[in-house]
Amino acid sequence: MTTQDLAPALAREEAADPFVIAGETFTSRLLLGTGGVPSLETLEAAVRASGSQLVTVALRRVEASSSASMLAVLDRCGVRLLPNTAGCRTAREAVLTARLAREAFGTDWVKLEVIGDERTLLPDAVELLDAAEQLVADGATVLAYTTDDPVLGRRLADVGCAAVMPLGSPIGSGLGIRNPHNIALLREAVDVPVVLDAGIGTASDAALAMELGCDAVLLASAVTRARDPERMALAMRQAVEGGRQALLAGRIPRRWHAEASTSSEGLPEL
Amino acid sequence: MEVETVQVTVNGAATELADGATVADLVAARSGGHDRVAVALNGDVVPRGSWPRTPLSPGDALEVLAPTAGG
Repeated sequence: MTTQDLAPALAREEAADPFVIAGETFTSRLLLGTGGVPSLETLEAAVRASGSQLVTVALRRVEASSSASMLAVLDRCGVRLLPNTAGCRTAREAVLTARLAREAFGTDWVKLEVIGDERTLLPDAVELLDAAEQLVADGATVLAYTTDDPVLGRRLADVGCAAVMPLGSPIGSGLGIRNPHNIALLREAVDVPVVLDAGIGTASDAALAMELGCDAVLLASAVTRARDPERMALAMRQAVEGGRQALLAGRIPRRWHAEASTSSEGLPEL
Repeated sequence: MEVETVQVTVNGAATELADGATVADLVAARSGGHDRVAVALNGDVVPRGSWPRTPLSPGDALEVLAPTAGG
């Protein structure tokens, strides 16, 4: 089956179960980052295969920016752009970057990212919460990239973030979801959408995020740096949908010992 | 007659611009085909509508930013 063959069936399934961020309805529960994409052709193929409707982009000095055709590709795919504040290390930098992104992209939406450590790229909780508060006061729709700490997640929701986006593991690490229990607790702790962001390595990680109750998954490297990004984008789309369906279907409880699925009633004595 | 210039810093590099140059002039020269550009002047956003009436002064620090791929 090719990506194109599968797309209509997946789109129908997704459309039956939409979700809402800040009053905007999305049928795709897979958000795609563009970082690390090897070519514009690959970007377009991956975006289309992913079915994503919300795609992240960044701002950089114009000399170091992508060619203007990257946005042409994304416009052609019909996706909504979600600017990020990648690379910011203080609330001041992040707030200014978000305001610049609003100017450049004409959107109030921002993926707020404030990094506190070079090696792990883990969020700086103190600066993050400060920036979130300022940006919400500014009228921004803030989707906050955060740790898997349920308490911090609740604080971010309390200051008005439109979505809380906990990491599964460090950005680009592909280590998957290191603390599934925290993700499930965070999901319970807030009323806004929870988007698993960062750390996804392969399709089963994305499925697990959805099984844990996340409303959506945001990933970049897992697709853009895969050997075949288009195929991996499709795999992620199927995994997100599969995980979502499994959540809705209700999994069986885990048991220490076996529970026969074949009845012992009428078992012959041989 | 010698043309007057202003010394500013653009994206971290010392740059000489014609006296009276505005943010709009700078963007026109530096945008590299991008239409979605944002400008910070001395740490504050300059809204697009203000570019033509924002002159540059000696010592100004500017950041001219454009979209790029990112997670």
